[in-house]
Amino acid sequence: MNNALSVASIVIKELYRRKDFYVLFVLTAIITLLMGSLHFFNDDRIVRYLKEICLLLIWISALAIAVGTSARQIPAERENRTIFPLLAKPITRGQLIAGKFLGCWLACGLALIVFYFFFGVISVSREHQWAAASFFQALWLHWWMLGVVVAMTLLGSVVFAAPSSNGTICLLIILSILLLGRHLNKVAVQLAEPMSGVVSAVYFAVPHLELFDVRDLVVHNWDPINWLICVGATLYAAAYAIFFLFATWLVFRRQPLV
Amino acid sequence: MPAQAVTTAKLPGMKPILKIEDLVVEYRTREFGQRVTVAVNRLSLEVFPGEVFGFLGPNGAGKTTTVNVLLGFVPVTRGAAYIFNVNVRDPIARQRIGYLPELTYYYKFLTAEELLRFYARIFRIPRAEIGPRIDEVLKLVGLDTARKRPIKTYSKGMQQRIGLAQALINEPDLLILDEPTSGLDPIGRMNVREMIQRLKSKGKTVFFSSHELGEVETVCDRVAILHQGELKATGRVSDLVEKYKCNLEQAFLKVIGYEPGHE
Repeated sequence: MNNALSVASIVIKELYRRKDFYVLFVLTAIITLLMGSLHFFNDDRIVRYLKEICLLLIWISALAIAVGTSARQIPAERENRTIFPLLAKPITRGQLIAGKFLGCWLACGLALIVFYFFFGVISVSREHQWAAASFFQALWLHWWMLGVVVAMTLLGSVVFAAPSSNGTICLLIILSILLLGRHLNKVAVQLAEPMSGVVSAVYFAVPHLELFDVRDLVVHNWDPINWLICVGATLYAAAYAIFFLFATWLVFRRQPLV
Repeated sequence: MPAQAVTTAKLPGMKPILKIEDLVVEYRTREFGQRVTVAVNRLSLEVFPGEVFGFLGPNGAGKTTTVNVLLGFVPVTRGAAYIFNVNVRDPIARQRIGYLPELTYYYKFLTAEELLRFYARIFRIPRAEIGPRIDEVLKLVGLDTARKRPIKTYSKGMQQRIGLAQALINEPDLLILDEPTSGLDPIGRMNVREMIQRLKSKGKTVFFSSHELGEVETVCDRVAILHQGELKATGRVSDLVEKYKCNLEQAFLKVIGYEPGHE
C-alpha cells in the first residue's frame, strides 16, 4: 500500500501542476456565471436551467480530466522512460497500477470537490437553500462513476500504445454507455437473433455508468435516494473498477517494457 | 565458442552478489511468421562483493538486454539470474540495488528533492532518515543548490547527476550502471569515474556496461566481453591485457574477432 500511495501522490502532484484542471474549471465558471447573468422573462427564480448547465459542464470537465489523466499515465511513463528507474526499485507492476489508479481517482475526487463547491455556491446564492444529502449523493456517485472510468482507461492504456487513441476510444465508449446504455435491452428485443443475443450480452456486460447520473436530484431539489441503493451503486462501481484493474494487471504484468 | 576465462576475483567461500546462470533471452518479432531473435545466448557470470565489474560489448551485443533482465524489465526465456541470492523476478531483489539508466528522464514537474523523497519512500527508508539522506546524496552529486528547482529546468549533465543521486538514495550494496557516461562532457565523465572509485572504496559493488574502454580500464577490476549475445571472455583487466599483449581496446577487438577493414 505504501508504494501505491507514493505513486498516487506523484499523479496528484502532476495534476495540480498541469494547466488542464485550471483551464476546465475557469471555463466552467465563466460559462456558468455568464449564463447566470442572463434573465429570462425577468424571472429571477428560474435557476434550474443554470444548475443543469453548470452540472453538465462539471460532468464534461470531470470526464475530460479522468480520461485525459489516466490515458497518459502508463504510456507517458514508458515514452519518457521514467518507468525504468521506477520499476528498478522494489515495486511491483501491480502496485504501480494500483498507485496510478488511486492517484487518478483521488485527483478526480479533489477536482470534483472544487467543481461542486463552486456549484454549491452558485445554487445557494440563487435559491437560498441547500439540499445537502442530495448534493452529497450526486457528488459521491459521480466520484465512484469516475473510478470505473479511470480503471477502464488504465486498461486501455496498456492495450493501445498511443494515449490519444486510447483517450478517444474510451471517451466514445463512455459516452455511448451514458447515452445509449439504458436503451440497449429495448433495442435487443426488437432485433432478430443472433443480434438480439449480442446486444443483450453487451447490455449485461457493460458498466451502466448512467446509473450514477443523479443530477436531477440537485437540479429539482428532490429528496435523496434510498441510502441502500446508494451503497449498492458504490459496490457495483467498485466491482467493475476491480475487474478493470485486474485485467490491466493481467495484460501489464508480463508485458516487456522494451 | 566458449568464453575465455582469464581469472576471477573469487575468494574461497565468497558468495557472488550477482549471479547469471545459463541465461537465454529471445525476442519474437510481431510480424507474420514470428521470427525469433536471440538477444542473449547461454550467458553465465558471477560478480563478487566489492568488485567493479565492466560489462563490455559492441552495439547489439546484448548488454542492455542483460541489464534489463537483472532489473526485471524483460522476461527470461531460459536460465535464471539472481541478485543477493534472490531471483530477479522477485521485486525484493531490487531492495539493495541502485540503477542508473543510459538515458535518464525523470518526472520533470518534480524538484530534485521531491523526486528523491518519492524514491526513498518506495525503498521504505524511515521518515526521519529521508531528509538527511537526501541532503547527503544531493551534496555528493553537487546538486544541493538546485534542489528546489523543477527537473525540467536542469541541463543534461544535471539530469545525469540527479540520476546518480536517485541510484544512491537507498545506500545500495550493488550499483547497476548502464552506459553511465553516455552523452556527458569530459568533466561529467571524470565526476562519474570519481564516484565509482569512491563507491568502490566504500566496499560497494558496481556492475556497469560501457563502450568507453579507456574508462573501463581505469576503474574496473574485472570485465566480461559480450558479442552477439554470447560471452566471449571474462577476467581481470590486467590479465586480459597481459594475455593479448596490448591495451584493453585492442584486446576487446581481438576477442570479438574484429579485423580492420572487415565488418
